[in-house]
Amino acid sequence: MKVSTLTRGLLSAIKSNAICSTRSHFTYYPTKLAQGVRDVQKMNMFQAINNAMDLGLEQDSSALLFGEDVGFGGVFRCSMNLRDKYGKDRVFNTPLCEQGIAGFAIGVANTGATAIAEIQFADYIFPSFDQIVNEAAKYRYRSGGLFDCGSLTFRVPCGAVGHGALYHSQSPEAYFAHTPGLRVVIPRGPIKAKGLLLACIKDPNPCIMFEPKTLYRAAVEEVPTESYTEELGKCDILREGTDVTLIGWGTQVHVLLEVADLAKKQLDIDCEVIDLVSVLPWDTKTICNSANKTGRVLIAHEAPFTQGFGSELAAYIQEKCFLRLEAPIKRVTGWDTPFPHVFEPFYLPDKHRCLAALKEIVNY
Amino acid sequence: MLRTLSRVSELPIIVKQLQKNAAQAGVAKTNNYATEATVQVNRPFKLHRLEEGPETTVKLTKDEALKYYTQMQTIRRIETAAGNLYKEKIIRGFCHLYSGQEACAVGMKAAMRDVDNIISAYRVHGWTYLMGVPPLGVLGELTGVQSGCARGKGGSMHMYCPNFFGGNGIVGAQVPLGTGVGLACKYKGNGGMCLALYGDGAANQGQVFEAYNMAYLWKLPVIFVCENNNYGMGTSSERASCNTDYYTRGDALPGIWVDGMDVLAVRSATEFAIKYVNEQGPLVMETNTYRYSGHSMSDPGTSYRTREEIQEVRQKRDPITSFKELCIELGLITTDEVKAIDLKVRKEVDEATAQAKGGAELGLSHLWTDVYSNNLEPKLRGTNAYDIDHIQERKGVNH
Repeated sequence: MKVSTLTRGLLSAIKSNAICSTRSHFTYYPTKLAQGVRDVQKMNMFQAINNAMDLGLEQDSSALLFGEDVGFGGVFRCSMNLRDKYGKDRVFNTPLCEQGIAGFAIGVANTGATAIAEIQFADYIFPSFDQIVNEAAKYRYRSGGLFDCGSLTFRVPCGAVGHGALYHSQSPEAYFAHTPGLRVVIPRGPIKAKGLLLACIKDPNPCIMFEPKTLYRAAVEEVPTESYTEELGKCDILREGTDVTLIGWGTQVHVLLEVADLAKKQLDIDCEVIDLVSVLPWDTKTICNSANKTGRVLIAHEAPFTQGFGSELAAYIQEKCFLRLEAPIKRVTGWDTPFPHVFEPFYLPDKHRCLAALKEIVNY
Repeated sequence: MLRTLSRVSELPIIVKQLQKNAAQAGVAKTNNYATEATVQVNRPFKLHRLEEGPETTVKLTKDEALKYYTQMQTIRRIETAAGNLYKEKIIRGFCHLYSGQEACAVGMKAAMRDVDNIISAYRVHGWTYLMGVPPLGVLGELTGVQSGCARGKGGSMHMYCPNFFGGNGIVGAQVPLGTGVGLACKYKGNGGMCLALYGDGAANQGQVFEAYNMAYLWKLPVIFVCENNNYGMGTSSERASCNTDYYTRGDALPGIWVDGMDVLAVRSATEFAIKYVNEQGPLVMETNTYRYSGHSMSDPGTSYRTREEIQEVRQKRDPITSFKELCIELGLITTDEVKAIDLKVRKEVDEATAQAKGGAELGLSHLWTDVYSNNLEPKLRGTNAYDIDHIQERKGVNH
């Protein structure tokens, strides 16, 4: 009974939104830089990442780039032309062996050289989980600081793409956020991706950049052509507001920006939208300041609910901002099921689910 | 690449050999029609740590010839239909075609007994059909509708039926699983074994070697089958593997190299291997084959190999054409029979395609059905305002 009511409810929500939801579940909100500041070029996210790796390889002669099919540009074209430019001893394909790729990258980084390793899909990172969690994250600590693999960066395409089903859609950031010693970042678009990747390459800690694969082509921005880094561990306030704080990362940021538009238009609610950017370590100060200001917090991510990274945010915020909160912190997430094949539109924390949750906390 | 070229240059010799074999083969005839023939396999087996190998002279009956031809042709048609559905955007996501490799699956299936099992990777549409799922079950799974064998919940890489433990989306992950299935066969003492299939790309995954080692230690009835189609995604085997003689890579495990374009050679090797693994323990079987399509639908398959190379294999080594010619030459099948089979297969697959296009998707409640057995918690988490009970519907075929 409940099921059929729900089915009708969700289906009608989808139908009413048929025009917007035909291609994907979000509308892209490009980041705009102040005009005339720097030389810019129009790039999508894979081009911006390509540009960052180009600069990384150019600036650091010890830097190596490798992964499955990376030599030809990779399945998402991020490493296009880099083998031609830097040679096949620096940019090369590996066999299909993720554990080996990770171990190999850690070894390279242990010698002080810079390793940029691609794991073709986040769903394939689990064979290398042991190497990343037990080797990369703990090398510095267990050797008393004698050795580290800080010059190591993993690039990992993640997230929903519309038709990826079980093994080409997952968002495993929370597994890695549970591991002290790592840095985990997720860009929302080309400008951020370039700056974060260059920052990760230069950062003296092992870093993982999860790249929402649906943004590779869908996200286009005017990206500065020069080399620049984004500060790691900092979140971005994309829209200031006074009533509710909306927190997301990756593709979900764009869903939340649209939710903020809808909330303003339909309910006259001012949302503050924050892109977390860094999942580990995350920017506790900015997030808590915002939560103290608005008193209401909604967190949304594609990964499942239980033990998703939203759990950490919610627990921390309630501890630090308890007396200022006007409503329980709300998480809108993927459901606690495997990532579904034909049911992806229902599984995702789309704008309808986020807006419904927003109404709940406002009316609490 | 060198290896590929040398293989291609051998081709005319193989064709001649085929004709010679047919001429030499013993043929039993009744009323001008042959009912049984004796055939030499096309190319000799190569052996690793084995004194004796599979039979190189094999018997082929008319019924078998008709069956293998029909099976290979059906797989080819299903894959062609799948490729077209993908181009029409009716199949979304991931779709890996088996065209060119049909003789591997059909040959192995021909040797399998009811107690035997198989597990494979993501190129499994053909296997799914051979293990008993009708074409609609395969195509419907691809289009994501209820008539699919996993009711549209799995998609291209996740198809299952009894004794077929499925495709697998994670490269190499199925190999230890297949070893576990072999362990269960041995423990139960049911005389069965498991074929654990993987490609030349997956052959470099560490867990494959872990599986070899355990299987050898415990003498498990497992045939590790490396379907070597010469390319792991976009990388040729020479550039990915330090040793491209995949049949020798089990180290202590014996191995057999088989011409994977010759259905009778694959059948003969599998018969030998089934007997061997049940009596002595695991072995590795490499079936040397070729895929005509790219790795998946997003790969045109021509950036890392030439169109000429693909064309040459199609013309000179195609497993279906060569088998058809052999059977006609032996008098086991007539050209009229071939035409009749082709028509029947086309009709069956066309009908299945139409049904797969028009079928209905499962109800939305299947988004949260069958996550757990005897649902550990009554309510599903993460659904916000919706109050949803976990649902368990199916008991697995293994219970």
